[in-house]
Amino acid sequence: MTATHLDHLSVLEAEAAHIIREATAESERPALLFSGGKDSAVLLHLALRAFTPAALPFGLLHVDTGHNFPEVLTFRNGVVAHDDLTLTVASVQQWIDDGRIAERPDGMRNPLQTRPLLDAVAGNRFDALFGGARRDEDRARAKERVFSIRDALGGWDPRRQRPELWQLYNGRRRAGEHLRIFPLSNWTEVDVWSYIVRHDVALPSIYYAHRRQVFLRDGMLLAPGDWGGPVAGESVTEKSVRYRTVGDMSCTGAVESTATTAQEVLDEVSISSISERGATRADDRVSEAAMEDRKREGYF
Amino acid sequence: MLSAEQPRRPLLRLATAGSVDDGKSTLVGRLLLDTDSVLTDQFESLTRASSRLGTTELDLSLLTDGLRAEREQGITIDVAYRYFSTDRRRFVLADTPGHVQYNRNTVSGMSSAEVAIILVDVAAGLLDQTHRHLAVAALLRVPHVVVAVNKMDMVGYDAEVFTRLRERVVDHTRRLGIDEVTVIPVSALAGDNIGVRSERMPWYDGPSLLEHLEDIPPVPLSSIGAARLSIQYVLRAAHRSYAGRLSSGPLRVGDEVVVLPAGIHTRVAGIERLGETISQARPGESVEVSLVDHVDVSRGDTIAALPAPTPRDSFSAVLCGVSDKRLRPADHVLIKHGARVVRGMVVEIESGLDVGSLAYTPNVESVGGNDIAVVALRLAEPLPIEEYRTDRTTGCFLVLDADDGTTVAAGIVGVPAAAEMVNVEAMSTSGTA
Repeated sequence: MTATHLDHLSVLEAEAAHIIREATAESERPALLFSGGKDSAVLLHLALRAFTPAALPFGLLHVDTGHNFPEVLTFRNGVVAHDDLTLTVASVQQWIDDGRIAERPDGMRNPLQTRPLLDAVAGNRFDALFGGARRDEDRARAKERVFSIRDALGGWDPRRQRPELWQLYNGRRRAGEHLRIFPLSNWTEVDVWSYIVRHDVALPSIYYAHRRQVFLRDGMLLAPGDWGGPVAGESVTEKSVRYRTVGDMSCTGAVESTATTAQEVLDEVSISSISERGATRADDRVSEAAMEDRKREGYF
Repeated sequence: MLSAEQPRRPLLRLATAGSVDDGKSTLVGRLLLDTDSVLTDQFESLTRASSRLGTTELDLSLLTDGLRAEREQGITIDVAYRYFSTDRRRFVLADTPGHVQYNRNTVSGMSSAEVAIILVDVAAGLLDQTHRHLAVAALLRVPHVVVAVNKMDMVGYDAEVFTRLRERVVDHTRRLGIDEVTVIPVSALAGDNIGVRSERMPWYDGPSLLEHLEDIPPVPLSSIGAARLSIQYVLRAAHRSYAGRLSSGPLRVGDEVVVLPAGIHTRVAGIERLGETISQARPGESVEVSLVDHVDVSRGDTIAALPAPTPRDSFSAVLCGVSDKRLRPADHVLIKHGARVVRGMVVEIESGLDVGSLAYTPNVESVGGNDIAVVALRLAEPLPIEEYRTDRTTGCFLVLDADDGTTVAAGIVGVPAAAEMVNVEAMSTSGTA
């Protein structure tokens, strides 16, 4: 590394901070989508650094499926208290209880997040939402802009996207439209873990290897819980596992692992031959275009 | 396996462009496959999709064409970003579609690219779209241009066919002012000269595409090298500091700087990089700067080291239309330069570029979606613009629709030499097709 040349992780950090500052300056009521997962933890870490020594000029928005891992909620509440942040929660459970949306036959709640999310956007008049999504996660995400415009109903139209030129981001929008901002667009799973190692980012404990009761369904190791698993015929065993993503318990699988530190996880992730979503997310196995269909309706 | 040293690899930004059916998606798929960037489940999903669409061979384009409409119509609609790496480099690839109506995507992909990879079908030769892609690469001053002559397997890996095409490419790019072009014979389908050198073309002694990409030296965005920092955000805490991303530099504590457009001279009191105190910031870093004197600095101002540009409120620039909207003389627009947005007006359209002949012609009435034109602009407030040929950051801007905020055009400060000769006889067009 020469005096004038940055390594690639430093470039990605600088780019993300630039995006976060630009979107914040060009919007009136931004918020950061915070699930407690590693991508949103890294995003929040970068946002806090981008505004140091001033306070973070926006709060967090959590779309709570009601099927969270308890460790993740504990982590979320700890972060909010530690950094003195404001937290808005959009509750999928409340929408189900109200009868505004219906539980799916398969019990998956990730697809149900869209309407409570859009309702929170409208109710709080948020005009820019930061998300930790990365383009390497999915083919539809690979086509989305860093500044992604959403129509009045929250929908994404891949054919109506604005060109992204140089490092000049355009945050202008018409009344009713809002922006989704993805500062980690150019990051990969390995980059996220490299950042966690370099900056010692705190994560929910379930990202590291621990003993857990699990059962096998559709090739994934799921954890028993109030959400409805296991059913008859599915046998529970204890294994040493960690999670690569944290979402709804009903569709987020664990991987067998003995990695107890971020560096050990980075080493494992670096040699994995299966993608993050393919390994652990049932909601993306529905069809080749599952993510595109959800995004068009206003999903993250 | 990656080690702890891996994050230290430099990052290189690539953009691919090609015409319809020249196998660009296959080439990108091959690059991903040859760098082991395709994971088992993605590979299985590709195998499933290929068989459903009735292709017996593995259709590598399905790795990149992700949208439903793209798969159904067998086309690429939008820029897709891909990530792959080797032991020496990390690559970000903007894969841009070749259809004329999506030309704005070529401009987008190439604007931030350090390398343009332009595909040519060896049997089809240089098409109008190839000329357009090369013209855009020249205009946007992409530092390295690679022409991958694809489908060599279709011409029996013939050296003569390649050499003839190569000469035409070199001749054409020279006329465009591209100093350096690398022409590589490949077959994306068969995997020749993509990841490793092909044994089927012993007459070719150059590098494979990937070897070439690993060896390309990074080029700084500015040839002047004096610090430029467009202020994005004013941070108010115990002391006031100004946040932005240094586009050229370095910038050191103690450096004399000018705050533009006000023109006030002061010195750098301190620099932080995302909260960490440093003595010197390097180009590309996002930093926070505090100044010795109490100066009024707000978002959109520029902190510049010497020699500093003189802010201007009227200038000529090349516009590349990127929306359906047409720009005409007297139109009011918004100009976004760095972190500043100012009102502006199109005073006149001086000439339009015919990408086929590379000639600039007068009497152009409007600038539309795929047009490239030289215009005169006037601004409500002066901007510290610089010539794009010396600085790829301070020399570019966006033209926005004043009403709905859409991006209408990409702007490049300065007039290309060819456009200064509009009244001179148009250049010869022979020998380019």
